Amino acid sequence: MPKESSGLSLDGQGLPLWLSLELTYRCPLKCTWCNNPLNFDDYAQSELTTDEWKRVLREARELGTLQLGFTGGEPLLRDDLEELVAYADELGLYTNLITSGIGLTDERMGALKKAGLKHVQLSLQSMRQPLTDELVGAKAHALKLEAARIIKAHDFPMVLNMPVFRQNIADVDAMIAWAADLGIEYMELANIQYYNWALLNRDELMPSLEQVREIEALVNRWREKLGDTMTIYFVIPDYYEGRPKACMNGWGAIHLTVAPDGVAMPCQEARVIPGLEFESVRDKSLAWLWHESPLFRKYRGLDWLPEPCSSCSEKDKDFGGCRCQAFLLTGNATNTDPACSKSPQHHLVTEAVRSVAQPIRFRKPLIMRTPRAVSTAFMD
Amino acid sequence: MDTAISIDNVCPRLAPHYVFRWEASQDAYILLYPEGLIKLNPSAGEILKRCNGERSVSDIIAELQAAFPGKDAEIAEGAHAFVTVARGKGWLRV
Repeated sequence: MPKESSGLSLDGQGLPLWLSLELTYRCPLKCTWCNNPLNFDDYAQSELTTDEWKRVLREARELGTLQLGFTGGEPLLRDDLEELVAYADELGLYTNLITSGIGLTDERMGALKKAGLKHVQLSLQSMRQPLTDELVGAKAHALKLEAARIIKAHDFPMVLNMPVFRQNIADVDAMIAWAADLGIEYMELANIQYYNWALLNRDELMPSLEQVREIEALVNRWREKLGDTMTIYFVIPDYYEGRPKACMNGWGAIHLTVAPDGVAMPCQEARVIPGLEFESVRDKSLAWLWHESPLFRKYRGLDWLPEPCSSCSEKDKDFGGCRCQAFLLTGNATNTDPACSKSPQHHLVTEAVRSVAQPIRFRKPLIMRTPRAVSTAFMD
Repeated sequence: MDTAISIDNVCPRLAPHYVFRWEASQDAYILLYPEGLIKLNPSAGEILKRCNGERSVSDIIAELQAAFPGKDAEIAEGAHAFVTVARGKGWLRV
C-alpha cells in the first residue's frame, strides 16, 4: 500500500533503494479494504518462479536496492519464501516480511530467522475475536494473536500494523495497550487508503473527521505515556487535511514494486491507470525497467507537473500527490491529486468526507475480496 | 556539564535489530532497520563503527583523535552530539 508514514525522506540518488515483491495475490483472508487488484485471482497461474524471483533480487541489488519487503497477498503461501529470504540476505538486502500471520508457525518462523529475515510486520484489525473474524472473512483472530507471540518469541523486531477504518476505530486504544504490554517496538495505525477493494467500499469504511481527530489525540496521549518504548506511526489521512501525500516519495524515485506476474511498477496500485505500458521482468531487465521504461519515466521528477502544481511552492514536498488517486477520482492521472486543497477538483474529496457523516443514509454491504465478488470483464 | 560527563562514561552499542555496514553503491556507511534506512556521513560512520558496547564514549573520542590528528575539540564535540542524537533516535543503546 502506498505509504504515507514510512518515515523516509531521503534522496535515493535515482536508485530503487526500496523494493517490494508481491510474491502472490493468493490470500486466506477477504479484507474489504485490500489494495490488491480486483481481478487478483487471474494472477494465480502466472506467478514468477523461484529462479525468476532470485534474478529480480540479484538485479535489484546490482541497481542499489537496500530495503526489501516480501508482501502479497499472503507471502507465507509461497513455499519458497525461506529460500528467497536466504538469497536476499546473502545479497545484503534488509529483509522485511509483511504478513497477515495466517500460516505462521513456530517452525516456519525459526526457519525464516535462520534464513536471515530481519523484521516482521503483522496486521491485526481489532482486539475482539468476532469483530476481527467478521472484518477479514475468516477465523483469523486467534491465529493472529498466536503469530504475534511467535514473532516475539523468536526475538524479531515487529511492526504491528492496524488498518484503521470506521468499523474498528473504537479498538485503537485497546490495541495500543495490548501492543505495549507485549513489548512491540513499532505500531503503525494505517488509515486505509482508497484503492481497489477499499475504494469500492469507501463509503462504508471511511471514518468521520471527528473520529480521526479523536484518534490523533489518543495517539498523542499514548506517545507521551510510552516515550521511547514504542514508536507509533500515525498521520492524518490525505482526505481530511487538504494536503496530498508525497506518494512513494515521488514516482520512480526510490520505490520499485514487482507484481506476482513480474510486472514492475512505481507503486502497488499503478496498474489501475489505463494507457500505461506495463512490462515484466520476464521480458526486460530490471535496470531497463527502472531507468528507461516509459512507465517509470512517465511521472518521474517535476517536469511533467500540471498547474497548480508546477508553480506551487510545495511541489518539492509532495510531487503533486498520488497519480493513482488523481486517476481514480478525476479520471486523469496527470491531474493534481484532488486531496490537495489547491486542486480544482478538491470538492470530490471533501464531499466524500462530508457524505459519510450524514446521520441517515443507505448503508451498503461491504464487498469482500473474493474471486467473482465483482466482475472486471467490462472495465477496459 | 553533567550531560557531557555522563555521556563520556557510557558504552554505547548498536540497538538490536539494526544493521550497520558499508554500502559501496552509496559510498557510505548505512544503517538499516525496520522500515527505514539512513545514509551516514563519514564522521557518523567512524563513530558508529566503534560503538560496540565495550568502548566508552571517551575511549571512542581518544581513538578518533589518534586516527584523525589535529581536530581534537571538533571530534569530542561531534562525538558527544552524535551519541546524544543517535540515542534519541533509538539507534544506540547504553
